[in-house]
Amino acid sequence: MLSAAGLYCERDERVLFSALNFSVEQGQVLQIQGANGSGKTTLLRILCGLNPEFGGEILWQGQPVPKVLEAYRKGMFYLGHSPAINKTLTPLQNLHWFCALQGFNADNEILHVLSAMGLRGYSDIPCYQMSAGQQRRVSLARMQLSAATLWILDEPFTALDKQGVADLEIRIAQFARNGGAVILTTHHLLQLECPLTVLNLDTLAGRR
Amino acid sequence: MTVARISLGLRSSLAATLRRELQIALRSPGNIINPLMFFVIAVSLFPLGGGANPEWLGQIAPGVIWVTALLAVMLSMESLFRSDFEDGSLEQLLLSPQPLYFQVLIKVLAHWLVTGLPLVLMAPLLAYMLALPAEGYVPLIVGLLLGTPTLNLIGAIGTALTVGLARSGLLLAVLVLPLSIPVLVFGAGMVETALNGLPVSGIAAVLGALLVLASTLSPLAIGAALRISVT
Amino acid sequence: MLQWLYKLGSPRHFYEMTTGFIPWLSGITFFLLIVGVVWGLAFSPPDYQMGDNYRIIYIHVPTAIGAMGAFMMLACMAAMYMIWNLKMADMVARSIVPLGAWLCVLCLLTGSLWGKPTWGTYWIWDARLTSTLILLFIYVGMMALRNAYDSETAGAKAASVLALVGVINVVIIYKSVEWWNTLHQGASELSASDVGTNPPEIWIPAFFTGFAVIGLFFLMLILRTRNEILRSEQRTQWVQDLLKQELEEVATDA
Repeated sequence: MLSAAGLYCERDERVLFSALNFSVEQGQVLQIQGANGSGKTTLLRILCGLNPEFGGEILWQGQPVPKVLEAYRKGMFYLGHSPAINKTLTPLQNLHWFCALQGFNADNEILHVLSAMGLRGYSDIPCYQMSAGQQRRVSLARMQLSAATLWILDEPFTALDKQGVADLEIRIAQFARNGGAVILTTHHLLQLECPLTVLNLDTLAGRR
Repeated sequence: MTVARISLGLRSSLAATLRRELQIALRSPGNIINPLMFFVIAVSLFPLGGGANPEWLGQIAPGVIWVTALLAVMLSMESLFRSDFEDGSLEQLLLSPQPLYFQVLIKVLAHWLVTGLPLVLMAPLLAYMLALPAEGYVPLIVGLLLGTPTLNLIGAIGTALTVGLARSGLLLAVLVLPLSIPVLVFGAGMVETALNGLPVSGIAAVLGALLVLASTLSPLAIGAALRISVT
Repeated sequence: MLQWLYKLGSPRHFYEMTTGFIPWLSGITFFLLIVGVVWGLAFSPPDYQMGDNYRIIYIHVPTAIGAMGAFMMLACMAAMYMIWNLKMADMVARSIVPLGAWLCVLCLLTGSLWGKPTWGTYWIWDARLTSTLILLFIYVGMMALRNAYDSETAGAKAASVLALVGVINVVIIYKSVEWWNTLHQGASELSASDVGTNPPEIWIPAFFTGFAVIGLFFLMLILRTRNEILRSEQRTQWVQDLLKQELEEVATDA
């Protein structure tokens, strides 16, 4: 689905990774591991297209990403460190806009998804009145609503309680079983009910 | 669950963005009130600083109102991208399959409706306080109506370039003010020309042309600048 | 020819090729400068209207044209960098900005030196001086923007965007300031045409100084760009070898 060839990136005069090759297929969950500062977030931002400062090529369904940019953006969902939720708006308003950005209206689905995330009854409350964990779950609701086939998740388990963590793990495994692909980084010890591939940036670069 | 999803065209997704921007703006009334208050207070400083002689005030009124409007627009630019940048919504905008060009244009339009349009509406009152002669009112309002969106667009380029930087306020001014000079010159000049009894339709046309140029070209620059800032 | 231009796009080749340029470019430039300045200041006849004061235009006009021309060149470099990702174009652009700013400053200073004896004041809001002042603001803003970024590449791209926006604006600014000037019927413009009718003895030295300023600009540009190449390519092998070579030469001379 997504493959990277010869990726090279340096930051602050340090080479983070070079000649990096890997690919992610349907049903695969790839975890990027590495110590703090090893370039995990940078790699994810390169893959999703936010960071153009790299060498090498990224292919989506076999085509170079710049050629199929719109299809790639439709098929990919990125969850970064920031929750991408505006705190003055309600979850409903936030998610409505997110869906509009992706090109569809799913208002009737949004309430279902919010209930499934344990936020029933919160849909009309401004997000700043919710706890960090609840805001995180609104952010994760975007994942459920998106029509993407590839999820790129940077530390998705942040601010979640034990139940939230378990729920997310179940959801990731289900997504993979249904043919989706996931690339993620996390410090949390993953317990997924599906096969997990690991890419360790430190060992690849010969550090440690 | 297989609930039907309605596919949205470009216009609907732009309408959704516009709606969101207005919702956010109305929930933070400070973003609307503060530029307006700055406008009123700063204009009031001139008679306080230079004397309240109506003849003199009437002479400087076009320039004072225009310069202060420009500064007010510039000060209000922070609210365009900053909060989206900080909470990650800007990233999602850049990653969406929707064309960034139009999304940016809509954002600036929404921003102008909330910060620029009130200035235009307040201007006649301030013009009265500065003893602007009667012939100057219509050119002032028309000029501001055509000019403030252009100022917003130019300011948006500056904001997009500096949103990723810390303490970028003065840098924004240094970048945006020189680029705003043509609008200022023609806007204030339009009022002065009217006060001299000469026709102003040509100058209004120039302001209109600047607006068209800005609205077609600046979204390109704003988009490029946003991608740089988000890296 | 195209191959030669193509080669210029590589920092290493640029550096090596320009090493040869510098001696003869400096020679020609200083020749033009000396001839132009001496002729203009000492030998050309006094203007019947202004006496000797007009001579400052020999410096003033070339710097004005130079500042504007430098900006156009900057915009071309910015476009090349953004479209083709030519790092060399950005290095040249980066070197142009301070030179352009200095040309603006010189233009403003010489303009005020002319203004004092002619109009009785050091500063006048005429079209050219005002446009040059605004251009100076834009140059300074560009330096400030580039330096405000932590990442060099991001700073380079941001400066390029500003340059491209600026080039469209600069033309509009120039025209709007001209119009503004006529509107306010301010003092007359310090233009070269103020120098009465122009017998050849007056404007031939102007050609010399004009080309001299252009030559000086390119000379300084090449020198600055070479420094920029060394700085940003410092970790490459050829720069390391070059520096080692230079150090050895210095050591053997000492």
